[in-house]
Amino acid sequence: MNGAQVGFFILAGLLIVSSLWVVFQRNVVHSAMALVAALFLVAILFLTLNAPMVGVLQILVYAGAIMVLFLFVIMFLNPIGLEQRRRLWWGFGALAGLLLAGALVPVLTNGDAPRDPVVATELFGGPEELARSLFTDFVLPFEIASILLLVAIVGAVVLAKREP
Amino acid sequence: MIVDIGIVAIKAFLVLFMVLNLAGLLGWVERKGSALIQDRIGANRASIFGFAGMGLVNTLIADPLKFLTKEDFVPPSGDRFLHTLAPCLALFPALVTFAVIPFGDVLYLGDRVINLQVANLNVGILYIFAMGSLGVYGLVIGAWASNNKFSLLGGVRGSAQMISYEVALGLSVIGILMVYGTLELQEIARGQGALLRELLPESAGFLRATVGWLPAWGIFLQPVAFLLFFTAAVAETKRIPFDLPEAESELVAGSHVEYSGGKFLMFFAGEFAEIVTAAGLMTTLFFGGWQVPYLMRDGFHFPWGASILLPHVAVVLLQVGAFTFKVLFFCWLQILLRWTVPRFRYDQVMRLGWKMLLPVALVNVMITALVVLYMQHNP
Amino acid sequence: MDASLIPLLPGAQVLLTALVVMLLDLFIDEHERGLLAWISLLGLALCGAEAILLWGSSEGTFGDTLLLDNFALFFTQIFIAVAALTVLSSMRYVRETGIHEGEFYSLILFATTGMIVMAAANDLMVFFLGLETMSVAVYVLTGMWRSSARSSEAAMKYFLMGAFATGFLLYGIALIYGATGSTNLNQISAYLLEPQGQWPPYLFVGGLLLLVGFGFKVGAVPFHFWIPDVYEGAPTPVTGFMAVAVKAAAFAAWARILMHELSPLDSDWALPLRVLAIATMTIGNLLAISQPSVKRMLAYSSIAHAGYLLIGIVAGEEWGSTSLLFYLATYAPATFGAFAVITLLTEQDKPKEDYGHFAGLGFKRPFVAMAMSLFMLSLAGFPPLAGFTGKFHIFRSAIIAGHTDLAIIGVLNSLLSVIYYLRVIVMMYMNEGGVKGKSFIESPYLYTAVGLAAAATIYLGVLPMRTLEWSRSAFSSLF
Repeated sequence: MNGAQVGFFILAGLLIVSSLWVVFQRNVVHSAMALVAALFLVAILFLTLNAPMVGVLQILVYAGAIMVLFLFVIMFLNPIGLEQRRRLWWGFGALAGLLLAGALVPVLTNGDAPRDPVVATELFGGPEELARSLFTDFVLPFEIASILLLVAIVGAVVLAKREP
Repeated sequence: MIVDIGIVAIKAFLVLFMVLNLAGLLGWVERKGSALIQDRIGANRASIFGFAGMGLVNTLIADPLKFLTKEDFVPPSGDRFLHTLAPCLALFPALVTFAVIPFGDVLYLGDRVINLQVANLNVGILYIFAMGSLGVYGLVIGAWASNNKFSLLGGVRGSAQMISYEVALGLSVIGILMVYGTLELQEIARGQGALLRELLPESAGFLRATVGWLPAWGIFLQPVAFLLFFTAAVAETKRIPFDLPEAESELVAGSHVEYSGGKFLMFFAGEFAEIVTAAGLMTTLFFGGWQVPYLMRDGFHFPWGASILLPHVAVVLLQVGAFTFKVLFFCWLQILLRWTVPRFRYDQVMRLGWKMLLPVALVNVMITALVVLYMQHNP
Repeated sequence: MDASLIPLLPGAQVLLTALVVMLLDLFIDEHERGLLAWISLLGLALCGAEAILLWGSSEGTFGDTLLLDNFALFFTQIFIAVAALTVLSSMRYVRETGIHEGEFYSLILFATTGMIVMAAANDLMVFFLGLETMSVAVYVLTGMWRSSARSSEAAMKYFLMGAFATGFLLYGIALIYGATGSTNLNQISAYLLEPQGQWPPYLFVGGLLLLVGFGFKVGAVPFHFWIPDVYEGAPTPVTGFMAVAVKAAAFAAWARILMHELSPLDSDWALPLRVLAIATMTIGNLLAISQPSVKRMLAYSSIAHAGYLLIGIVAGEEWGSTSLLFYLATYAPATFGAFAVITLLTEQDKPKEDYGHFAGLGFKRPFVAMAMSLFMLSLAGFPPLAGFTGKFHIFRSAIIAGHTDLAIIGVLNSLLSVIYYLRVIVMMYMNEGGVKGKSFIESPYLYTAVGLAAAATIYLGVLPMRTLEWSRSAFSSLF
């Protein structure tokens, strides 16, 4: 095992721990902070995969913006009543999750390597490479995504607008 | 290998050292400066054997000592873990952001080329925004963990305000990115070493003749962006006129109500570190970074033909000196602002952010894009 | 890269109309907002005209991520017809319920844009974005009746469940991308046709997750739990839009992705799809019988119809696919028309959706009752109405493909469905009471919508050949 692999396993281990923390923590704010930590660790994983742009955007968008809004809403609603859980559903959820994991893990570990794995070059994952493919090969999805965002904005305004 | 790591470690230590010390020094500037502005005497009580040093002893030695020896109070119904985590979250982003800000060009040491920047990331600016966007956690988590209505209100205000101004902050820089064509801060700083007339197209003869002698600093190319950036950056540091999360006349001390001792000191230091970082960014993006007008790598070359050759060390020293001077200037400007203008009302802050800064920033991006496109087709 | 813009034309036309409606909404007075509906209709009509003119073209663009062929155009016609009917039937409704008109129409148009993209998408990523554009717009449309708690609840449920299903879909797409190295359907199918030893196992997991996502979007059992509550809570014209257009869009993408490009995997789909089809038909029909509200009954009926449509997917081949397309065309007017009649019964802000409210309708509003009877009979599958021809072809395709058992279960289920469809007719003609006085949505446009739907129901039942021919040519354009 070389250094990169050791680093990966440390990161992955921390990631799993913080993800479990998100699920098992009873306090909503603790959960949210564990999720921030998980997102941060994912960003570092991206950095180690030579994709700094995606990594930094991960922090900027998820940890920096979306999770802050999460906290904002949590602080507004202060959902203390949600801390009780029903045991039956707990067991049911755990069972379903285990079944899914049991089905996925053997399948995912037991495959050949993906076809044509992309070789990470020096430029790969940098802003220029990303921008180039975004505005050439993926220009149509890019534009449709902007429509999607527009729809989401209109929708959010419509639903949140104060009634006259 | 070892030497490389050593060099990076030295650079990192130097930058951290400078930022933290500057943060402390700014505390003194804030207290003495405000006294000057308000025609008071200011901090002068503490002294060592009668030496008060213009209040330096008071603010740099006595104050920190007092903070560190005070009781570290955690509200009984609060969340002890998060209450402790929050100040670290507040200080951390402010300190790591400076890593990508270049404080000089390259230093040749023997056959070694040292880039005077702690980390050269090709996503530099995004890194800064990413770290800046984490800054809000310290405030919000601290506010929530205090379990106090005033701090909660402050936290809610703070998160809304910082999210809002991040948008304007990010968009204001897009113009700069387009003009210099890179996200790397060192490249942006280098790009500002050119003269305007080298950038202007042949067809703009009049402009070349009149303002062509100016250096191609961001402020000359993107003046609107600078105003937007300055406003948004001040809002991000949560100081007057944008100190709604604290607003002592409404919320006592807002998000900091339940903090005392060392933890409060960390919040305090974090705020000043943010000022230093903001000043560093203003300098790098809009005021040439470490550039001294007309100073090339081998000395001065003036537009009228004269040149003064300087040794390499002198050039580097001049550059680092210029950077430090500019950063100090913007720190001073921010402190001056804090003691000059009154606080906005909350709705005004929101309106300014969403209804004025954001549209102006968008229009600025649009116009810049058109001009850049035009210049690419008519060189 | 080729980047012809012509294949984008129908979608762009609807998108442009949506933007015009949205912007114009800012500048015109409250009482002039009716204009927006007419602009929407105009835009949809233009799009329909373009789709007719482009019929027969087969052009890919942007690296074949979007493919405008007869298949896409066929569905485009269904989408815009339903969108136009929705606009017609909500012109008065939105005023009375206090829904913001400008946003309502533009969201309908945005959703239609998303559907058109879905039907034409030849790339999993483009398909996904189209799906999300549609879904987000419909989530919002569901909750637009702000003063109705049911509407907000429905929007919330739909959003949460929809977002969850999206997760499945996206993970499935990611796994398929990992296995095949592309999101483009042409390249995926080229990869699958390559003679080689073994496909990576996670390709199947990806396909299965895709199946779950689709199952949710079309409301197949056991992914149907959201349908009754959401259909019941949403503003009724939106329910009609969802029951027809959203379902059609999901089936369009399903047909293109699973039946054609991933067809080498057919033998692996067969079993889960059969189970899905049988469960969906049977459970949908059984639950529909016991519903006290006609709107809820129609929600379950739409689940049952998704089951019949799944038979078409199981049958596959030329007949299965053609009859799937044709069935969607026949299902559309009857279902939409039924929801339009429910819209008509709304009184003040009280929805009148129970069976009891239909009592005596045959005497008070003979024409409305007649239209409603037509819709019910068509949905039950009585000749000579649209529903009969649709069911006839779909069951026939099952028999041709050797799935006789599915056809038998389907016919038995149709018999079962007669119980609750006829109950509405019995209520209308053989009972007294029900809604008194004038309905407050006495809009000529709503009547027009009901009339158009009734006419289409009869037309597709009596003269199905032309539409059947279109379905066949739409299907064959996939190859």
